[in-house]
Amino acid sequence: MADQYFTNARLIDPEAGTDSIGWLRVSDGMIADVGVGNAPTAGLDCGGKCLAPGIVDIGVKVSEPGERHKESFRSAGRAAAAGGVTTMVTRPDTDPAIDTPEVLEFVAKRALADSAVRVLPMSALTKGRAGREMVEIGFLKDAGAVAFTDCDRVVTDNKVFSRALTYARSLGALVIAHVQDANLSRGAAVTSGKFASLRGLPGVSPMAERMGLDRDIALLEMTGARYHADQITTARALPALERAKANGLDITAGVGIHHLTLNELDVADYRTFFKLKPPLRSEDDRLAVVEAVASGLIDIISSMHTPQDEESKRLPYEEAAGGAVALETLLPAALRLYHAGHLDLPTLFRAMSLNPSRRLGLETGRLAVGAPADLVLFDPDAPFLLNRAKLHSKSKNTPFDGARLQGRVIGTWVAGKNVTEES
Amino acid sequence: MTFRATHLLGIEHLAPDEITTLLDLADQYVDLNRREHKHSDVLAGLTQINMFFENSTRTQASFELAGKRLGADVMNMAMQASSIKKGETLIDTALTLNAMHPDLLVVRHPHSGAVDLLAQKVNCAVLNAGDGRHEHPTQALLDALTIRRAKGRLHRLNIAICGDIAHSRVARSNILLLGKMENRIRLIGPPTLMPSGIEEFGVEVFEDMREGLAGVDVVMMLRLQRERMDGGFIPSEREYYHRYGLDAEKLGYAKDDAIVMHPGPMNRGVEIDGTIADDINRSVIQEQVEMGVAVRMAAMDLLARNLRAARQAKAGEVMA
Repeated sequence: MADQYFTNARLIDPEAGTDSIGWLRVSDGMIADVGVGNAPTAGLDCGGKCLAPGIVDIGVKVSEPGERHKESFRSAGRAAAAGGVTTMVTRPDTDPAIDTPEVLEFVAKRALADSAVRVLPMSALTKGRAGREMVEIGFLKDAGAVAFTDCDRVVTDNKVFSRALTYARSLGALVIAHVQDANLSRGAAVTSGKFASLRGLPGVSPMAERMGLDRDIALLEMTGARYHADQITTARALPALERAKANGLDITAGVGIHHLTLNELDVADYRTFFKLKPPLRSEDDRLAVVEAVASGLIDIISSMHTPQDEESKRLPYEEAAGGAVALETLLPAALRLYHAGHLDLPTLFRAMSLNPSRRLGLETGRLAVGAPADLVLFDPDAPFLLNRAKLHSKSKNTPFDGARLQGRVIGTWVAGKNVTEES
Repeated sequence: MTFRATHLLGIEHLAPDEITTLLDLADQYVDLNRREHKHSDVLAGLTQINMFFENSTRTQASFELAGKRLGADVMNMAMQASSIKKGETLIDTALTLNAMHPDLLVVRHPHSGAVDLLAQKVNCAVLNAGDGRHEHPTQALLDALTIRRAKGRLHRLNIAICGDIAHSRVARSNILLLGKMENRIRLIGPPTLMPSGIEEFGVEVFEDMREGLAGVDVVMMLRLQRERMDGGFIPSEREYYHRYGLDAEKLGYAKDDAIVMHPGPMNRGVEIDGTIADDINRSVIQEQVEMGVAVRMAAMDLLARNLRAARQAKAGEVMA
């Protein structure tokens, strides 16, 4: 393949923390050269728009196997390409759960055949995500599982969880956990407080998140495992996270894009597209978590893409399924934080591209020579009105339907190949 | 006269002038109901369907009687025994019923927000007869009418609501209504039965019943559900009665002319002493039942007027 030049681009480099006009040369799917100012030769004129390392999204639910009518690798891959996501790190909470090397290999094969972007599958941590017996962590890791997680199910049995953490540590496997005290949050549909009481919905105290994190930190001290908290969404959990990091534990934390851009009041009159797990929080919590992303205390922003069909959402709030699609809206929603002055673009891409790559030991997420040419070119200012019917996902359950957003993806490249054109 | 609402989903959406309009009309229906000839024809030709997804004898009977006295064709559907068991969704049930052209749909459902959801899918007036822990607007309106008739006004009163506030839609609707009408509200109960964020509701909260009842004009007792008594929320029935049951001694802290209310059905000896419930000088519990029919007549009358006006306006558009 001939060399390819991206010229006149606003380069967003999360590693260097810079945001400046320059050019980039791609050769054999890798970044071969990066420079500031004018390019030595003509190429794709980016028109001064932003060129950043493609997003690495940890925690994408593709509903294969089991519920392909909600989302397939083909539809998710298109949504990802349209959203600037170059690597989907997929969740094992499928039906059946991805908990054996055989199922994982099936998924990897399906992904390779159908997805426009890279797919790295995660495995369940316990069989059937039932929280009783650990999966074959060694075999699964060899088969390509990049992390082990029971997704939104908490392994409540401390003995089971501590053994799984210990065993995972011996293999250097990353464990991702949902931080929540499962007893305290049982039956909850929203965060407790005035709004929950006004709507008459069962709520969970934000304290349940800190209790979940506190327990996991104690077990990390005990086992020394590599650990990532999937979503930290409350102010009260942040000091515990900060202490754990200061104490040198191998811990990172993430947050979903909706908890950074919406709050509990957005549920309004029982709008089930805003039902998430954990539930949306107060505005104070949202701002605290945004601040934690800016400071780097929270490492990773994810879409927590969760497709649900209309039938599972058109129900009374308590009965409706949780989750929202977000592969395509992750970037424009995240740009709300940029436009509001909370975060600059290098910080945003540190949380969306660089940190998730590093945590998984990947070479992506950087605008550096020798890194894979996984890139997104976008106009951060272009305004548009989101119409959910136009999303590439098979499921259209976005809370941003009809919302005014800013930021459009112009192109997405995976290993130097434009993946937005073919879809 | 002002009443703009097209559904009665909750007190939250009503303005004070709408509440007053409704209560004024209900007063007239109280008079009608006390006559020998109780019939009116303001709902003649209209169809009222009562859909109860949760058991209720009293509320359903009250709505049925209200509709019949105003001349509507009333049908009761016990939804627990019906298609819900066959897996039909709430929305499908609503669409099926909607195809039968009802004009007034009275709905009770165990889930908060279910009646709101249903109201989005039908083109008739929907009345919330209680949804989960959310709202029970006609109960709050009948309580308001009872208070207004007993006290001569519905503002600047000290009103205590006692018991299981957390799980009570009656309490929520009453807090909203009495707050909108500018009364001082006190909530009394153990902290395990208080909703979260209650301090932001503009109410005073008391854990001691005697302190809470001191000098109040109105005492509203709430029903304690049997399933909450087993140690999950309170240690036992007898400890609850000891601390929060309304007896003559505790009532002695309220004003001498304070009235006692209860939405029913009562657990005598659990939240209220039987002799107080039966004391005709203090208890207005029977009046509440009477006001219930009148308030529901007024609500359906007003909603039907708005429904007819909207249909006429629509027909006018088509003609033009």
